[in-house]
Amino acid sequence: MEEIYFRNQQNCEIVQAKPETVSFLLNYSKSLKITQAKGIQFESNLN
Amino acid sequence: MEVQLQDSLLIKRYCAGDEKALEALIEKHNQRLSSFIYSKVNNRDITEDIFQDTFIKVIKTLRKGAYNEEGKFLPWIMRIAHNLIIDYFRKSSRMPMYEGSDSFDIFSLISDEKLNAERQIIKDQIESDLVVLIQELPEDQREVLIMRIYKDMSFKEISENTGVSINTALGRMRYALLNLRKIIEKNNIVLTN
Repeated sequence: MEEIYFRNQQNCEIVQAKPETVSFLLNYSKSLKITQAKGIQFESNLN
Repeated sequence: MEVQLQDSLLIKRYCAGDEKALEALIEKHNQRLSSFIYSKVNNRDITEDIFQDTFIKVIKTLRKGAYNEEGKFLPWIMRIAHNLIIDYFRKSSRMPMYEGSDSFDIFSLISDEKLNAERQIIKDQIESDLVVLIQELPEDQREVLIMRIYKDMSFKEISENTGVSINTALGRMRYALLNLRKIIEKNNIVLTN
């Protein structure tokens, strides 16, 4: 009898953000500075 | 409950300056948020973009101290992503994007309306030839044709300027075109582009 082999194909691919995107977000967070002056908040990115 | 507790703890740490806590937050919700976005937009690159924009908003809000922790971090980021998805669809309906494939070439739809150098030279040549041909027409017909074609005047304006009725102006225009054709045929001139 013919043997039926099947490959365990991962049909349902997991959707995840790329490591580059995560790395970008972490760098963005590190570079983001929030300054407050006279009740007003200023955002600045210090790369 | 455990998940919510962890989120709030991570947020607290991040707000206190622990960047590792943000990494943990992103990693924790990466798959769920990405899948949510992907289920709506069906495009990997756009999913990445929206994911990134979502977390940029999250980072800004947390850093500004504007986030009100009620143990609802995940629903909050989902809501942000949802709004960004709506923005994306609004934008793409205003500016539809077409992607090319083997069977469909986007450049078959888009073409440069400007003439290429060769066609421009031919067009210029035809126009200059036409100026010479128009000079062959009788004065009254030439006058009407120039006013209509080159000065873009209406027949009412032409009739007022030449002191003839509109019908006469129309008749002169008709004869001008017929005579032009005759001159072209008689001299075997080819005017094509």
